Formats: sequence, C-alpha cells, structure tokens
Amino acid sequence: MRKVYSRIEAIAGNVITVTARGARYDELALVNSAHGQSLAQVIRLDQDKVSLQVFSGARGISTGDEVRFLGHSMQVSFSENLLGRIFDGSGQPRDNGPSLEENLIEVGGPAVNPARRIIPRNMIRTGIPMIDVFNTLVESQKLPIFSVSGEPYNELLARIALQAEVDLIILGGIGLKYDDYLYFKDTLEEGGALSHCIFFVHTASDPTVEALMVPDISLAVAEQFALQGKRVLVLLSDMTNFADALKEIAVTMEQVPSNRGYPGDLYSQLASRYEKAVDFEGAGSITILSVTTMPGDDVTHPIPDNTGYITEGQFYLRNGRIEPFGSLSRLKQLVNSRTRKDHRAIMDAMITLYAAYLESQEKRSMGFRMTDWDNKLLKYGGLFEEKMLDLSVNIPLEEALDLGWEILAACFTPAETGLRSELIAEFWPAREAVS
Amino acid sequence: MPNATGKIIGVNGNLISVEVEGNVALNEVGYAVVGAQRLKSEVIRIRGNRAEMQVFESTRSIGIGDRVEFTGELLTVELGPGLLSRVFDGLQNPLPEVAEQHGFFLPRGVYMAPLDRTLKWQFAPAVAPGDTVRAADTLGTVPEGIFQHCIMVPFHMRGSYQVVSIAAPGEYTVDTPIAELKDAAGELHQVTMVFEWPVKRPITHFAQRLRPTEQMVTKVRIIDTFLPVALGGTYCIPGPFGAGKTVLQQVTSRNADVDIVIIAAVGERAGEVVETLREFPKLTDPRTGRSLMERTIIICNTSSMPVAAREASVYTAVTIAEYYRQMGLHILLLADSTSRWAQAMREMSGRLEEIPGEEAFPAYLESVVASFYERAGLVELNNSKKGSITIGGTVSPAGGNFEEPVTQATLKVVGAFHGLSRDRANARRYPAIDPLDSWSKYKGCNDPQRTEYARDIIFKGNEISQMMKVVGEEGTSISDYITYQKAEFLDRVYLQQDSFHPIDAAVSVERQRHVFELLFSILSAELKLENQEEARDFFNTMRQYFLDYNVAEWQSEQFKQLEDRIRTLLKSKQIGIDPVAKELVASTD
Repeated sequence: MRKVYSRIEAIAGNVITVTARGARYDELALVNSAHGQSLAQVIRLDQDKVSLQVFSGARGISTGDEVRFLGHSMQVSFSENLLGRIFDGSGQPRDNGPSLEENLIEVGGPAVNPARRIIPRNMIRTGIPMIDVFNTLVESQKLPIFSVSGEPYNELLARIALQAEVDLIILGGIGLKYDDYLYFKDTLEEGGALSHCIFFVHTASDPTVEALMVPDISLAVAEQFALQGKRVLVLLSDMTNFADALKEIAVTMEQVPSNRGYPGDLYSQLASRYEKAVDFEGAGSITILSVTTMPGDDVTHPIPDNTGYITEGQFYLRNGRIEPFGSLSRLKQLVNSRTRKDHRAIMDAMITLYAAYLESQEKRSMGFRMTDWDNKLLKYGGLFEEKMLDLSVNIPLEEALDLGWEILAACFTPAETGLRSELIAEFWPAREAVS
Repeated sequence: MPNATGKIIGVNGNLISVEVEGNVALNEVGYAVVGAQRLKSEVIRIRGNRAEMQVFESTRSIGIGDRVEFTGELLTVELGPGLLSRVFDGLQNPLPEVAEQHGFFLPRGVYMAPLDRTLKWQFAPAVAPGDTVRAADTLGTVPEGIFQHCIMVPFHMRGSYQVVSIAAPGEYTVDTPIAELKDAAGELHQVTMVFEWPVKRPITHFAQRLRPTEQMVTKVRIIDTFLPVALGGTYCIPGPFGAGKTVLQQVTSRNADVDIVIIAAVGERAGEVVETLREFPKLTDPRTGRSLMERTIIICNTSSMPVAAREASVYTAVTIAEYYRQMGLHILLLADSTSRWAQAMREMSGRLEEIPGEEAFPAYLESVVASFYERAGLVELNNSKKGSITIGGTVSPAGGNFEEPVTQATLKVVGAFHGLSRDRANARRYPAIDPLDSWSKYKGCNDPQRTEYARDIIFKGNEISQMMKVVGEEGTSISDYITYQKAEFLDRVYLQQDSFHPIDAAVSVERQRHVFELLFSILSAELKLENQEEARDFFNTMRQYFLDYNVAEWQSEQFKQLEDRIRTLLKSKQIGIDPVAKELVASTD
C-alpha cells in the first residue's frame, strides 16, 4: 500500500511540490482534486521535496488535495486492440471505446543500440515527384515538414499517410486544432485506412503538459509493433507545440534558459524522440514524419534549427508546395542509386537549372535584357513548376524521371544541361517526342 | 583508505546530489545503486560533504536515500591491443558485444570490458632483462591488423625501471603478465599488455612537439589544393544543417592518408554511424588493400544516448588516439559534432546553476575547447620516431550563424577553417565549403602562387557576379564576363566534387596536380571570344568536357583522349597567356 500525501506545499504553473518520502525520479502519481483526477510525473527530487508536473494542469488544485504515488513510470497498453482506436495524450480513450489496461509497456524506454541498426534501404513511394524524385523518403527516416502556420501541412501529411506503402500508421497529434483532428480522422476513414491507424491526439484545448507525453506514447507503441515486424509510419503534428510545452515546464522550474527561453536540453529532448526512428535487423521499422511550424517563417528559430540537426533532411512547405531549395532527404543517396541510373543526375541537373531560372527571373523583374539563355531558362522554369513542383501531380517515380528528360529536351541542348554524356546518349528523348 | 560512500539527496535530470562520507576527488567515478542496477556517475562539483554528480545513464527511478559507491578512480579508458576496428560507446563499452548479450536496446547499468580477454596475441619481446626502461618505452610488440602494436610500459609509472624478466615470444592474453620491472626502491611491478589512463589528462610521453608541416591528404580537391590540412594539425567544419558536414567527414574518414582513423560520433544521428559501421568492413583501404575497418575505431555516443556520456566520448576518443600516436603512427580524429559536446557541457552547467555565459554556455567553454584541440599535434617520441594526431571537428552553429560561441571558440584554436555555406548547399554545390570565407594556415599540394592565382579568380568572379546583378550581363565588359565564366568553371569542375561517384569521390594528389596544371592553363589563357553568347557556349562545352574528364579512370586511354579534347578546344580560342600568370610560371619553372 503506497502512502497518500495530502499536503501540497507549492503550486506554480503546472508544477506542484509535495513533501514525501520514497518517491522516485520519473515516477507517476495521481492527484485527486475537486475537479477530478489527474496523472502527474516526478520531475525533480530535492531532499524530501518532490516536484511533479500535473498532466491536466495545476489550475484548481488546492493545497489540501491528495497525491498518491503509483510506484511506476509512464506506461501504455499495447496490443492489437489499439488498432483503429483514438486516445488522448495520457493514453485514455477519446472515442468512447473501452479503456485498455492489459499488457502495459514502459514509455520512453532505452535507446536502440547503434550496432543493431541497419542501413536503410527501402524507398517509400508516395507518388509525389517532389518527394520521390528530388527528396526520396526512405523507410526508417525521420523527416520534418518545416512550414509556416496556414500552409496545408496536415493535408500533405494525410496524403502521404494514405499513399505510402506501410503496415501501420500512428498519428501523434500535439496541440492539434480540433478541425485538423477531424480532418485526419475523416480523410483516413474515407481512404479506408482507419483500421490500421492508431491516434494519440492532444488537441489545442487540452492541458499543455499532456502534449509532452504524446510523442513518447506514440513511439513506444510504434516500437512494439516494429519489433513484431510491422513497418510503422508515425506522424507527429506539430512538434513546435511539444517544444513550447517543454519550455513552459523549464521556465516554471526556473532552469537557466539557453536560447529564446528554451531549455538547454532542447536538442537532447527532441533527439531522444526522433531517434526512435529505426530499421530493426530482422524485424520492422519506424519512419517518422513530423510537422514543425516555424514561428515567423524563421528557420534559425531554436525549434526548427535543433530539429534540422537531428532529422535526416527536411521538407520546406511554402506557398503550397515543397520548396526545391533547402528541402532535402539525407538518406536519398542510399536508395536512389538503385531506382534508375539517371535518377541522381536528373535530380541534380534539374535543381541546378531551376536555380539558374530563378536568377534569370530576378534579372527580368529588374528590367534587364533577356538573352537566349535566359529565355530558355524561363521556359524551363515554367514547365518545371507546372509539371513537377505542383503538389497535385501524382505519378510514379519512373514516369516522373521520363518527364524530367522531356522537360529538359524541350528547353535545352544536351551540352547546356551539364549532364554526363553517357546518360545523355541513353536517355535524351528523340526529337519527335519533344514537340 | 576505504573508498567513500554516499547517499543521494537530490535528483534533477541527469544530475544527482550526494551526501558523502569520506574523501572524494573531482572527476572521481562513483556508482549510484538503484535496485540491482549500478549507474556510473562522475563527480563534477564538491561543496562541503555534498557532491554533485553527472550520471552517465538515464536517472529514471532513482530515489532519495539511494546509495552511491565511489571508486577512488577518475574516468579512465583501457589501453591495449585489440582496440582497432571496434565500436565503443562514450564510456568504452563495446556496442556489438552489448548487442549480442542484450539485443536491440541499450540496457541501463551494463558495462563490459572494452578489450577481449580471451583473445591471444603473438608477443615478441623488444627488451632484455637488465635493460632500463621508462614509462611509454616499448617492451615488445604484437601484430594488430596491419600494425605492430607496441606493448609499452604503462604511462602512469614514474621514474626509471630495470627489466627483471620479460616473457618469451609466444601467445598471451592481454591480462597475462609479460614483464616484471624493478623500480629504484627495489620494488617489483608486474606489467600486462593492458593498462588504464584517465581520459581528461593528455598523454605527454614524448621528446618534443614539432610544427606540423607535411600535408594530410584527404583526396578532396578543394581541401587539398585550396584549404589544406597538415598532419598533426587541427581544422574545423562549421556549417548549418543540411550543408553536408557529415558526408564530408565520412568521405574524409575513408580516403584520408593516415594510419588510423578514429571517428567520434558525438550526439549525432545513429544512422550516420551505422553507415560507417556497415560499409567500412566491405570497403578496401587503397593504402593497404585490407578492409577499411581495420584502421578504424568508432566511438559512438549518438543523440539519444545519455548526455553525460556524450561529454566523455570526445575524451575517450582523443585518449585512444594519443595511445596509438605513442607507437609512431599518424592518427586522424574526426569529431562530429563538437557543438553537441558543448551543449552537453551547457546542460550540466545549467543544472549546476552556474552563472551562464553567452547563449547560456558555461564561461569555461573556450578553455575546454582549446585544451581539447591542443591534444592534436605532431610529436617526436622518445625513440625519435614521429607520430601525430590530426583533429577535425564539425561545429553545428545554432541557426547556421558562425558568430555563436562554439564556432568562435573553435576558430581561435584551429589551423584551418572549412566553413560550409547554406547557399552553396542549396545550389547543390558540394562539398559546400565556402571558398571565399574559408582559410587554412597549412601548405597545400600545389604550387602556392598558382593556387593563389586561381583563388583570386574566384574572388574576382564573385565580385563580377555581384556587379552583374546590378548592371546586367549587357552592362558587363567581355573581359569581366570571361573572368566570371572562368570562376564559375573552376567552381564547377574543381571545387565541386561528386562524393558518391566511384572515381570522382577520391582524387589522388598526383591527379590533383596534373588536373590543376591543365585547369591553370585554361584559367590563365587569354581567349578570343567575341561576345557573351560565345563565351558562355565555350565554357559550357569546356565544362562538359571537363566533367567527363573528371570521372575517367586516371591515366586510362579515355582519360588521355578527353584531355586532348580539352586541349584542342582551348587551343581553338586561345590567343595568349595572362601576363601575370606568365611571370608566375617563369618564376617557378
């Protein structure tokens, strides 16, 4: 029988402090208040003073409320019964279904031994040329979508979820707008994917601290499925809210802030979540696609900045399309040598020329005379944007590569493209095809 | 004196406060006992009988009153034969062996012996009874891969010793005593093939430090020709994310012309280590024809592994480097990324509630960074052999801004700066080392004056391109336009290099010299090109030829043909040589 403490000594922000013996770091406790029960987690021990962050927020908690320690850290039930279900940030059902208590697993477990990882080798096809051709998504990759508020990032996420070839999708919603939550639910339902989806959704109106648990719970469940051989895609939207929740707690705990008020361990905190992306030798894999909204479209803001150093590339979503510059899939080299031998060359050549196009466009807008070369670039840029860049384009990789050659041939002579001669000999379309 | 014990009185993240009974030293190692687990920790501050310790593991479920057992020793690494081709974490636990016993995950509180205890080494003595030896003198050798691994008198043994007995040639495990030494007081000491050394103390058993002069070849053109690194030198690669720091480090770790490469993956992605881990055994080292893994040691403390061990990992790496340097070998230590190490210091400093410096980094950041890089260097050993450690560290500046504290602290102490630029990376100009901002104090493989001439063209080209943005192509004179095209050409065919192409990825010095000469003749040529259109066509074609030439096998038939094609094209438009270049050639030939 664990002891109940009925004297809360300090309440600040979402953190309460009690005097207690025998509490352990990271342990969970139940706080009983007039407004209901809430889970809380030990975040600091100092002599017999125990500080806990309260998941449903400390608002309304009275100094006389009861705190009961549970003797274990955060756990979540894991079984096939999770499929098709929707839970909140602390693992409680939000779909009126039964609460699951069997087969509890630890949340936030140890890191994977790097010696047991394998080199990612499978491309995940999405049918979006800007991803498949230019920034190939790879199984076990961790990739954020950097975007400003208002961009259709959740739509993009949902579309990738529907089209990607995976066994299981786990959506971790962090501070998700209620509308967006419903959008995900409806889209995946219409696409017939809901039966192999699990939702852990913390909406914008839920208490902040709960947001902190969503990535951990989602990834703990994903890890178990991956160990059973499933290829799992985890969608996290939006990780900026997660980082802000971290900041809130850090400030309450009077930690020395490092950069714009964020705690010094922001990098480590984000990394320990993103690094759960893995390809297990002889079992399944976890791929993480997340959304990081950039405050003020500033990529040097601590959240996107730290994220960028952790993840294996990033997609910039701007003006409704994936930006060709800056967007990057660091793992693409591992797979695009085996797709088709012109894949890399086409990818590089088209981007280099697109960069030149932007320069010509700038020159034109400044009123300079357009040379022949500029005109060629302008024609190319137009075609590229229309046929490749547009997110509504939905064609398989091979078709997209062929299309790339056709666009090049329609605008340039072979020497102007900077492509190696052997590739030109093999892939340059015959003249007729161009017109 | 028995070792101290203590009781935990506070937990804050990975920092524990301990009430100590007995004497403790700063940086002493202790174990926090949590149930059946013993968690390695290090003392980082002492106040009265209260010690603050950083725990090298997750602190989950540590409670007030849990016991701490101190060891009386500092954080050490084990040195002996069998370190090569291995993969360790920041505390020198062998990761593949941990995986064999514990599966996919890294369990808490598991520590394994770094060296294989059962493996037998073929020992050949190098001293005889009666000889006088000192610390770091060679007692004998064992073959380790392609090297003769020197078994040395442990570095912590002070003064001189007389060899009483030495093992006969034969096979021994690392723990077998192989020599008995008598000190001045007549006391006997048994020596095995393995001993320990505290990671935070540099090994200084050499005659003198020398100035690094010889070049360390990386086979990356822009580095070897324009921004060279010396054997025993230091360099840093700061760059925003996505600029290709890690790819550059990987390419260097494969191709660098050194004896041993130590890769310290500090707080970075596990995936990158895995690429090295899985690829290296399959690749052959062109120098020796053996597997590349045989000359590699990986110290890997990736970002999801505990933060405190991250701080230890750079020291573990550099100590192992120093150990092999003592054998007269040349070692390259690649640390990726030193910013994560600095951040680990920042995290601990924050938890200790120290007064923060700039961006909350601790005030001692600069001195710590400096003393780390100072462990590099070319030395003359006591036996007059030479050994060196070259350190190349990446820096991940917040927001890609080089003004931040870690980059600045590093720039002060390194000999070469390879700054990566986001603009170049966005334009896919790899390696994205900025040729304008970067610098090196070392000497490269090509004639410095000609290199300077080529570099000058890059500068001029950049100026002209800035100007062209204002006045347009039509407002630019044809001679300026040609200079601009030359700069672009140089950039495309020489500065840029395809890290993934089997031939272009690694260019030997011999080839670099040859190609640079050809390139120089193009750069210094006065060309008869009437207008912009013609100039652009000429350089487009030239670029096409040169790119094909770059990927042709060195000195193959095709290579020669392609070179002829380039020379013919050049001849068709050349009307003279730039007078400056002419003078330069005359003075050097």
